Amino acid sequence: MFRNNYDNDSVTFSPQGRIFQVEYAAEAVKQGSVVVGIASKTHAVLVAIKRNAEELSSYQKKLFPIDEHVGIAIAGLTSDARVLSNFMKQQCLGHRLTYGRNMPVRTLVEMIGSKAQVNTQHYGKRPYGVGLLVAGVDEQGPHLFEFQPSGMTEEMVAFAIGARSQMARTYLEKNIDKFADCDREELIRHGLRALKESLVQDRELTVDNTSVGVSGVVKADDGSTKVEPFRVYDGQEVTAWIESVADDKEGGAGATEGESMEVDS
Amino acid sequence: MAMFSQNPLLNGPNYSFNDGPISNAPEGARQHRFDPYTDNGGSTLAIAGADFTVMAGDTRLTSGYSINSRHHPKLFKIGGTTSDQKDANIVLSVVGFAADGEALKERLDAICKMYRYRHGKPMSVKACAQRLSTILYQKRFFPYYAYAILGGLDEEGKGAVYSYDPVGSYEREQCRAGGAAASLIMPFLDNQVNFKNQYIPNSGEGHALQERERRPLTRDEVEMLVKDAFDGAVERHIEVGDGLQMMVITKDGIEEVLLPLKKD
Amino acid sequence: MDHRPQAWGRPRDDVYGAYDASYLRSTGPKTATQAPVVTGTSVIAIKFKDGVVMAADNLASYGSLARFTDVKRLRPFLGTSVVGFGGDVSDMQFLDRHLNELAIDEAYEHETTASVSGPAPPGQLNAANLHKYLSKLMYRRRSDFDPLWNQILVAGFDSDKKPFLASVDLRGTAFTSPSLATGFGAMLAQPIMRRYAATEEDAARLSREEAVKVVKECMKVLFYRDARSLDRYSIAVVTKDGVELNEDEQLESQSWAFAERIRGYGTQTV
Repeated sequence: MFRNNYDNDSVTFSPQGRIFQVEYAAEAVKQGSVVVGIASKTHAVLVAIKRNAEELSSYQKKLFPIDEHVGIAIAGLTSDARVLSNFMKQQCLGHRLTYGRNMPVRTLVEMIGSKAQVNTQHYGKRPYGVGLLVAGVDEQGPHLFEFQPSGMTEEMVAFAIGARSQMARTYLEKNIDKFADCDREELIRHGLRALKESLVQDRELTVDNTSVGVSGVVKADDGSTKVEPFRVYDGQEVTAWIESVADDKEGGAGATEGESMEVDS
Repeated sequence: MAMFSQNPLLNGPNYSFNDGPISNAPEGARQHRFDPYTDNGGSTLAIAGADFTVMAGDTRLTSGYSINSRHHPKLFKIGGTTSDQKDANIVLSVVGFAADGEALKERLDAICKMYRYRHGKPMSVKACAQRLSTILYQKRFFPYYAYAILGGLDEEGKGAVYSYDPVGSYEREQCRAGGAAASLIMPFLDNQVNFKNQYIPNSGEGHALQERERRPLTRDEVEMLVKDAFDGAVERHIEVGDGLQMMVITKDGIEEVLLPLKKD
Repeated sequence: MDHRPQAWGRPRDDVYGAYDASYLRSTGPKTATQAPVVTGTSVIAIKFKDGVVMAADNLASYGSLARFTDVKRLRPFLGTSVVGFGGDVSDMQFLDRHLNELAIDEAYEHETTASVSGPAPPGQLNAANLHKYLSKLMYRRRSDFDPLWNQILVAGFDSDKKPFLASVDLRGTAFTSPSLATGFGAMLAQPIMRRYAATEEDAARLSREEAVKVVKECMKVLFYRDARSLDRYSIAVVTKDGVELNEDEQLESQSWAFAERIRGYGTQTV
């Protein structure tokens, strides 16, 4: 059953210099359904595919608001994500209470990065089995960050994590130059197209299985900028967006290779 | 303790130096100790109507005989999704020691925000009122020296006003005045809102007169009462003045107005 | 020789009687500042069209003794805000060290090439954020019955890039106003400043030159009437371009002619 003798805990290196428990945790992220995030000069969006365990059950939530300016998309163990989400929520609330401002997104992401890293260096602890995309706006504009169970965090222009996310990333790489100047709606549509790339053959985006989260900076009439609070759109609210990408074939080709993992049921 | 009295006429004005520690030391010897409280003056008022609640407070902040600020709001929207409280539906007014008032407000607001996060819906006024009482009582032995009034609409859409003492006793009322000029405004409210001591002329023999029947006041009437109450308080209390902040809570949200008061 | 280092260098018990070591005890009631010792007097500040002017003299008094005459009580923060301290000087120095740490942390978090002075890089703590933080700090310390015995003015800009001026005292009471003054300044300087900036609208019309002139005039009045004041003072002007701080300003064109007309106290008998 064991792959080797070096994967019983997260404090032992293998002779090749790997920590298997952390790598396994990264695998858990790939079990989750795909989420995509893109940031432009004005907005940061998250889009996600929700899964239902069976036809009769409801769909598992994928996007969570953290504070008025930040939200996350999760791939992996939802319960682990809830712990991180609560932690982030508390930190943002505390920061707002002591400084009266939105917590800088980078600061927030680095906090969960440090928190997750601790789990990879203490005997008896377990890395978080979840990956996050953190999207938000602060004084410096919109941001998108990736978070991995290893504690790695990185700022991204656009990214996708979760099952079959390679196809979505391929789409994003192909269109990367367009994102910066996209407006709100275009950015969401790019997100949804990337999401479609990762779907298995006979699956489609529907109002039931698609979530969209948006935050951004909006220019007011007097030239000042205001934060568009992070909001999750579900159900009927996403109909128009899904229809707008229903029959375009942009970037559809070249998505034939990629992993053959069949997890998206 | 004079500190917890709302009646300046009986105990003299509620200045912090009147509440200093009483020393048993012999004449001439003085003990100096840190007093964590002061009274920052000001007054608040809330009246519940049939389908609205009006909350009001002056905007003066004093310490002793000095005016620290002419614009320091005492009314706060509570429990909105964002920090600009655009979708809030509850208003908290605090008067007494301003720093405690601020701390109390932020505590309640943080709790309402967490409630919204956990339950995906805003807190009802009734629940918020109970929670506020708990918050105050948790500091029973080092109280928030603040007289709080909470206003909103109840589950039936009727105006609701909850008033508190600094350690958390609370009740739902039709109207309540708080702070420095409470003792000046409250009797006026008793008479004008609840029609106390109003009798129908020639409705009986001697003192056995029939009481004037109560009726719910309209929003315009209530707003007039609030303005009159504060104009009166400004005239007779040195700690009240500068500006009148008024919030009207209806089913459509919260309307806020700022009116001038005498600055002398 | 006694084997306990604690006893070395102490008067011998057999000669002088038992040594009173009570002050060495590490247990016992916690002690806290019960009263300020070395103090600074008023800090005054007024908003104008595109910034804030703040001033405080360079004196630290020990009771009625003018003990230190070159103490800087205005402190720039991140090159974008100014903090002015009235009250206990040791508590001021504690806060100064603390703010230094905060500024270093903040600078690391928003790594920029910005110089000490100049336009604020986006995202760094502004004066409004700093004031919020200080008011939380002061309120926490008062709640612990271990207050920092100061009244503090914070000047700079808020998130809407408008001039910002606010105060917080040893009890954590925080408030803002177009002009502010601590201590004696609240009685002597505030009425003068309010003549020029009674409201935010008035302050938004005030020019920099006018604001500086008013503040200098107030410093003169304070020197005339506040016995714990000095004619050397610091004056800071905060604008979008940063903080201009002069810590060695001399009070000009004093006239004590009014003094001989004062009757009722002092040395004269009639």
